[in-house]
Amino acid sequence: MAKILILAETQNGKLKRSTLELVTWSRKSGQSVSALLWGSAAPAGAKELGQNGIKDIWVVESAGYDTYNPDMCAQTLHEVTKKTAATLILGSTSAMARDLFPRVAARMNSGVISDGTELQLQGESVTVKKPLLSAKVLAKMTFDNSPVQFVLMRANQLPVEAPSSSATPSVGSGAATGVELHAVSAAQPLLAVVKQVVKGASEKLDLTEANIIVSGGRGLKEAGNFKLLNELAEVLGATVGASRAVVDAGWVSHGMQVGQTGKTVAPSLYIAVGISGAVQHLAGMSASKVIVAINNDPNAPIFQKATYGIVGDLFEVVPKLTQEFKRILHK
Amino acid sequence: MKIFVCVKQVPDTETKVRIAADGLSIDNTAIKWVMNPYDEFAVEEAIKIRDLNAGSQTIVIGLGPKKRVPDSLRTALAMGCDEAILIDAPENLDSLATARCLAKVIGQEGGADLILNGKLAIDDNASAVSQMIAEFLNCAHATVVSKISPSPEGFEIERDSEGGTKEIVMVKKPAVLGANKGLNIPRYASLPGIMKAKKKVIKEIDSASLGVDLSPRTKIASLELPPEKPPVRLISGDVAAQVQELVRSLRDEAKVL
Repeated sequence: MAKILILAETQNGKLKRSTLELVTWSRKSGQSVSALLWGSAAPAGAKELGQNGIKDIWVVESAGYDTYNPDMCAQTLHEVTKKTAATLILGSTSAMARDLFPRVAARMNSGVISDGTELQLQGESVTVKKPLLSAKVLAKMTFDNSPVQFVLMRANQLPVEAPSSSATPSVGSGAATGVELHAVSAAQPLLAVVKQVVKGASEKLDLTEANIIVSGGRGLKEAGNFKLLNELAEVLGATVGASRAVVDAGWVSHGMQVGQTGKTVAPSLYIAVGISGAVQHLAGMSASKVIVAINNDPNAPIFQKATYGIVGDLFEVVPKLTQEFKRILHK
Repeated sequence: MKIFVCVKQVPDTETKVRIAADGLSIDNTAIKWVMNPYDEFAVEEAIKIRDLNAGSQTIVIGLGPKKRVPDSLRTALAMGCDEAILIDAPENLDSLATARCLAKVIGQEGGADLILNGKLAIDDNASAVSQMIAEFLNCAHATVVSKISPSPEGFEIERDSEGGTKEIVMVKKPAVLGANKGLNIPRYASLPGIMKAKKKVIKEIDSASLGVDLSPRTKIASLELPPEKPPVRLISGDVAAQVQELVRSLRDEAKVL
């Protein structure tokens, strides 16, 4: 029997979808499952975890954890891993967990497998499927002699399901509900101190977790035309991305870059507008479930990866597309 | 300041990948190897910081098979690094074993004030070695770093978090920092630089002689090529018809809306 510990993450006071994916998978695995979460939103997140069938929850309720400090978070994850005797630590490939897991894994003489797209459990051992070499190869990875198995899963790969209502405990009214809350005290920063956080312009989901991405390239001709994509993204609740060419041209910030020296994404829907599809770009998005390409060049390589394509003038197509989505989604 | 830069050699993105006969590794015969693109930012930053801080020294370390890795070390020397060390090691050591070797060698060489890496290597996308080196050296780390300012106690760094958010963090010295794009623009090696690099002696260390545990914690159980994508469905008609058909398909066929 594996003992699972999920590192839960919240955004705007709610559990991230990526966390709910791990919760659903773990609950259905039939193993013993604990979860750890921290920050000011931890109590709200703990309640939501309870509603989703997690019965053993470890909480650091501290504003000191609202900003990620690798030093403090590593101490806490290490402590709770030991206390729960967890053998499988699950996180999503977020900025935080990606930075944190390897540090704690090394502390525990253990390995990490990141970027997972599928997860299977046999006894105590997990097998993780992950893309390698810009998704030109898919590997099934296993652990060997690793006291603890640290796994980072990509967002939007696993289904989210609510537990059947009879199994739903409610948090806060003691042992009768079956949920146990453990308070963990905050760690002290020893090696690093976060001095300041400069919030990005976007309150949207990060590209790596977005379910829909609208991405623009050189075909947009100038920075100001990104407003066409912002309008389209607004209607779809999507996050806006970009190709390397327009990031290097200074039209948009590097945080928006999709591809080899940007972010690797796998949304349900990726709409590439005016992007020709250099191999470095394809490396970052070809795992998307459905890809739409809009480009005036029928020979653009992006069409080889696309599910649907429109060969045409994006300045005509995109505004009409925005209107059509608006009509269909908001009627 | 004593600055180490760790570089990894990775297959060029344009390289066609074949699975080897054992089904567990990549056929290496036709691969073009290059320095991991993020490591170029690390090399550039090391040279810049050295040049701004008198009496500093840059040492580049590469780990992997002796028959190919020295090429990337020569590239780093040609860009301007002072010395190079090769840790001769088998293909595909895992992240933990790699970090153990690097930490051990850095310790043997008298320790570091700063260790610069790329934030991840584009072959396995793991983003693990920086944090693990820092753990073994019991020092601070930061990844996805886009600005580094040395200060008396350590380094003030900027790192890119999610959604365009930047975190400004003070890390104590010594520190392991993982470079992101945006940190700098890597220079091209100059011709005199290349000539000079050719004459430099690369120090060689056998990984098996380091006395560290090289056994893997993670391994590949099987490899497969991704399934072929069906060809694109190009939507024809005038723009209004194209757009209607696309939205209908996304909603009714692909069911992603």
